[in-house]
Amino acid sequence: MCLGIPGKVVEIRDDGPLRMARVDFGGVRKEACLAYLPEVQLGDYVIVHVGFAISQLDEEEAMKTLEILRMLDPEGMDMELGSMVEEAAPKAPRPPAAAEAAPAGPPPASGPA
Amino acid sequence: MLRVPGSTTDLLSLKARGADVRIVYSPLDAVRIAAANPDRQVVFFAIGFETTAPANAMAVWQAARLGLDNFTVLVSHVLVPPAMCAILESPTCQVQAFLAAGHVCAVMGWTEYEPIAARYHVPIVVTGFEPLDLLEGILMAIRQLESGRAEVENQYARAVKREGNLQAQKTVFRVFDIGDRKWRGIGMIPASGYHLRPEFARFDAEERFDVGTIHTSEHPACIAGQILQGTKTPLDCTAYGVLCSPQKPLGAPMVSSEGVCSAYHAAGRGLATPRAVPLFELTRSEP
Amino acid sequence: MSPDRRPMADPFAGPSAAPTEPFAAPDPAGSALPDPAGSALPNSAGSALPNPANLACPAPIPERARVLLGHGSGGQLSAALMREVIGPALAAATPGGPLNDAAVVEVAGQRLAFTTDSFVVSPLEFPGGDIGELAVNGTVNDLAMMGAQPLALSLAYVIEEGLPIEDLRRVTESVARAAGRAGVRIVTGDTKVVGRGAADGLFVNTAGIGLVAVGVSVGADRAAVGDAVILSGPIGLHGIAIMSIREGLDFEVEIASDTQPLNGLVAAIVAACPAVHVLRDPTRGGLASALNEIASASGLGIELREETIPIPGPVHAACEMLGLDPLHVANEGKLVAIVPASSAEAVLVAMRAVPEGVEAVEIGRVVADHPSMVTIRTIVGSQRIVDMLVGEQLPRIC
Repeated sequence: MCLGIPGKVVEIRDDGPLRMARVDFGGVRKEACLAYLPEVQLGDYVIVHVGFAISQLDEEEAMKTLEILRMLDPEGMDMELGSMVEEAAPKAPRPPAAAEAAPAGPPPASGPA
Repeated sequence: MLRVPGSTTDLLSLKARGADVRIVYSPLDAVRIAAANPDRQVVFFAIGFETTAPANAMAVWQAARLGLDNFTVLVSHVLVPPAMCAILESPTCQVQAFLAAGHVCAVMGWTEYEPIAARYHVPIVVTGFEPLDLLEGILMAIRQLESGRAEVENQYARAVKREGNLQAQKTVFRVFDIGDRKWRGIGMIPASGYHLRPEFARFDAEERFDVGTIHTSEHPACIAGQILQGTKTPLDCTAYGVLCSPQKPLGAPMVSSEGVCSAYHAAGRGLATPRAVPLFELTRSEP
Repeated sequence: MSPDRRPMADPFAGPSAAPTEPFAAPDPAGSALPDPAGSALPNSAGSALPNPANLACPAPIPERARVLLGHGSGGQLSAALMREVIGPALAAATPGGPLNDAAVVEVAGQRLAFTTDSFVVSPLEFPGGDIGELAVNGTVNDLAMMGAQPLALSLAYVIEEGLPIEDLRRVTESVARAAGRAGVRIVTGDTKVVGRGAADGLFVNTAGIGLVAVGVSVGADRAAVGDAVILSGPIGLHGIAIMSIREGLDFEVEIASDTQPLNGLVAAIVAACPAVHVLRDPTRGGLASALNEIASASGLGIELREETIPIPGPVHAACEMLGLDPLHVANEGKLVAIVPASSAEAVLVAMRAVPEGVEAVEIGRVVADHPSMVTIRTIVGSQRIVDMLVGEQLPRIC
């Protein structure tokens, strides 16, 4: 319904009245308008929809979600988590404790039941 | 958008017949095209839910600031909460819980949903779009149902705040008013869409061009409206998979991959066919 | 959410019609939109817009009365055009049945593979290659997918008036380099020039002949239950490289087209497993369309495992951004080999020893279930149907 994808702000410039950014989406860079996120700084993660950043990602919350999901299946889920890890990983690497403490999930090949 | 069937044709077919139809990534790109081509009229299709409205509002704003007189928008913005209420008000309503679209809420927040959850006693979970977000959102909704709660919960906390994006809302309401909107296959829902405010009437394609009164008609076999309201599944539709397929969609839910009919077509056809079990047969266990 | 620190100017305060910018601008002089002139806008030359009143079209347009761009996309519309228009009209001249990308013709006891292909890529040069290299590799690969080694190619140009001579020189030099790499000679050709607007810079056609290795017989209908489906490397690079420079969508991505000749890789496969059943290069329409063609030609099902399919990070990201399925994105230097399961390991080893196949992997099996249908077991454990690309691959942004 509404594709919105997380990316990292790698360049900010004021272009006329609009604050614009180059946002890196895992190796793809595209221009996005920051008019609706005036506080955003270089290195922040934002969600971009039709060329506009509409939300800044909260890394702490992203990590919480990751941990909950990892507990469901600590091994098999990592690949699917790719883009979420991308959002949260750079400043907050995966805490090994969370994975170790998690109950053993089904083997990755079988996937979640 | 290009493939969505209209009453008689679609935009891709018009393009093949010579119309200049272009895809842009951002509405601002459409403004740029208009600015660079002052001798041509550029009409942008401003569609979408609340998520897209800030971008479209900014495009209109910029066109006004630049004084463009060759840029208009054809506005067909729809709003989520009134549609939820319309479904819940229906005597045939079978919906027990809602996953509220995360990016709509990224813009609008979820305060509008709180009275809905309370009034209709229905759980609402603001949910992200990764597959595992959806699983967690469903889990949260089921837990509410099992414990008899009906609250607004936020699964997508990494991207959504309760108040949403105030800056974006401000621009949206500078440019748009809320008004009635006709939904394809469902009908008129009061106060369920955005319209340009009178100050921006000159950017309204319906005003600029004499298009008369547009009546769209649906294919008689298409039951998209009932499917969208959750009272029927695509398997109840006589056209599904026969007259209607992703190659030749009759209604919007068959067009894009996340449309209900298209998703059924991708997941169910010929495989372990999901039986047409009405959702309401799921029993609600008491806490 | 941060407090609303930047007050909005009231756009309607003055008599002036134009509102001021919604946010306090660092540059108080109302300057232009970001990048108003610098951005590559589609050129405005040409006719005026059609009268919108005419577009309302009170009479229904006959379905499929005209060719859509999607008819050339390699997906279901292309197949329909072949099935409903070209096939029947050619029926009398094609006793061998439906036409494929390449054919095998018996000449004096030798089996010759024969193919022709036209190239209309725009722009002519793109990250990782150009139209000349693409034309040679495309035809070499069509021959290779018949299990043949290329012998000779033709080269024909349709040039639009005004093309810089230097561009033509560069493309032609690139043709020569690509032919050298594939070990094939260019033996004949043709040049035509058409008026401005009658072509888009340069169209290239190449035809080729090749010799099918003795004992090798490949065909999409030869897939058998239990066969291994092997992919030669990561998918989506060509399509995304082209899309990244397409007008209106342009984005920066550090990937290049994968255009390369596959005849060396095919030689390695055939040496390891002369009984190889199917060879197919997933070009337009992507991996999904190639596998669907195989499933439907063999009347069998194909079951893929999502986690085994190599999708480069930037391709994945670009597909997320544009709402595309990587399985539908074009490749120009990859192949799918369907081989008996007992030979799969030997074929993988042989492929990985060749530069074009170092990343070869098994991605699924041919199954008796769901005939003529391709399915994928997703990472979250669900199963879905992988359809052919329907028509033109359209970005879907909202």
